[in-house]
Amino acid sequence: MSTEYPSDLKYTKDHEWLRVSKKDGGDIGRVGITSFAGEQLGDVVAVELPDEGDKINKGEVFGTLESVKAVADLFAPVSGTFLRVNTPLGDSPEYVNEDPYDEGWMVEIQLSDPAELGDLMSAEAYAAFVADQE
Amino acid sequence: MIEFGGWDMPVQYKTGIIKEHRAVRSRAGMFDVSHMGEATLRGDRAADAVQRLITNDVGKMRDGSALYTVMCNASGGIVDDCIVYRRAADDYMIVLNASNIAKDLAWIRDNTESRYGIAVSDESDATALIAVQGPDAVALVSGLSSADLAAIAPFHFAHADIAGVRCMAARTGYTGEDGFELACPAERAESLWNALLQAGAGKGTAAEPGLVPCGLGARDTLRLEARLSLYGNDIDDTTSPYEAGLGWVVKPDAGDFIGREALLAQKAEGPRRKLIGFTITGRGIARPGYSIVDRSRQGDDVVVGRVTSGTKGISVDAAIGLGYVPIEYAQIGNEITIDCRGKDVAATLVKGKFYQRQA
Repeated sequence: MSTEYPSDLKYTKDHEWLRVSKKDGGDIGRVGITSFAGEQLGDVVAVELPDEGDKINKGEVFGTLESVKAVADLFAPVSGTFLRVNTPLGDSPEYVNEDPYDEGWMVEIQLSDPAELGDLMSAEAYAAFVADQE
Repeated sequence: MIEFGGWDMPVQYKTGIIKEHRAVRSRAGMFDVSHMGEATLRGDRAADAVQRLITNDVGKMRDGSALYTVMCNASGGIVDDCIVYRRAADDYMIVLNASNIAKDLAWIRDNTESRYGIAVSDESDATALIAVQGPDAVALVSGLSSADLAAIAPFHFAHADIAGVRCMAARTGYTGEDGFELACPAERAESLWNALLQAGAGKGTAAEPGLVPCGLGARDTLRLEARLSLYGNDIDDTTSPYEAGLGWVVKPDAGDFIGREALLAQKAEGPRRKLIGFTITGRGIARPGYSIVDRSRQGDDVVVGRVTSGTKGISVDAAIGLGYVPIEYAQIGNEITIDCRGKDVAATLVKGKFYQRQA
């Protein structure tokens, strides 16, 4: 398991990452949890995600992760509408631990307020935040 | 690391709970369970003293035999569940749960020391305990000793040198697999642990070593699949062995043990609630503390029981758990509803162990 944090991603204090891309002039954010979160939670065995088309406000719970030992809520890092949901995680929840920044992604959100991106942390800031927690 | 009974314990090692669990089911795993307590009772009337404390039959024990039992209070509640080892007719050892050591030692001393004129000593700090469990465990441990450890029968023990460390090797465990629990002097534990690790590394592959160190997480999933009780979750001072499905360790004819009258009365009446095992049939995982509900009831009466243990099975392909329900809900095959964080999830009551090892 890796404890590195890709520099092209943005991070939250809830240990989620956001990869922003442009599509048709709008901002789309792909969301997952960090390798640190995966290690803290342990082996993930079940993932519950929203439906495509659902709307969410920043900070609200949009899903849950169940590991062998614990259950954790997923908090929306930004507000918007769910464009895509990584449904294969239903059958392969282990991607969350094994490949957190690629196959382990959870949802894509069409951002309704791109200014919220300013509240997220850089990889360096997140690494410092994690170091503070340990 | 988490704190557990005053000890810093790993929930998992580097490998992760699932791989640790699977290693124990398919090869071997090793657990540092030195946090557990050891009390010795020595003296001419040691057997009488032990019988005063436990519900199972001390009279059936021989030198070198071990016995799973509970100690009960006067009202039949479980003070602790433990394993008693008879080292000699005047020398017994009881292995105790870590969180109960202080309570148990006081209980043991108050009820036996002056009454039976025996010496009770707490050897918990001086004693380390390493469990090696899994289908390959017996061969692996035996390979480090000139003694014939494989000849030790289940629930028996012998003293032997293992990798040069003097051990009390007991054919017991808490995983549903074959294996040993090795008690040794605390200062020799690291040496024993490393010798076992090295022996394991020589057996498997780099990806699947012959012996994998396992943390509390795998210990919990393994014991739950084997339907072994966890003190503090499934049993405590307020639950009786009859309620907990441990009636088989209560032998009222064994002697005048503490709690006997209360247990006889409960047996005659039948327990009002029972610890049941369930398999989730809907989507979700039940966790300790979740409510078992009956939606046909009103208001506060909706909650009829409580989940005491729960996890996603690893060798069992379902979410499983234990919980208390009133006796009228406790029939095998009955369907119950569990409130999993605000969502009703269906579960079916099942009989016996969730996982049974192949003979």
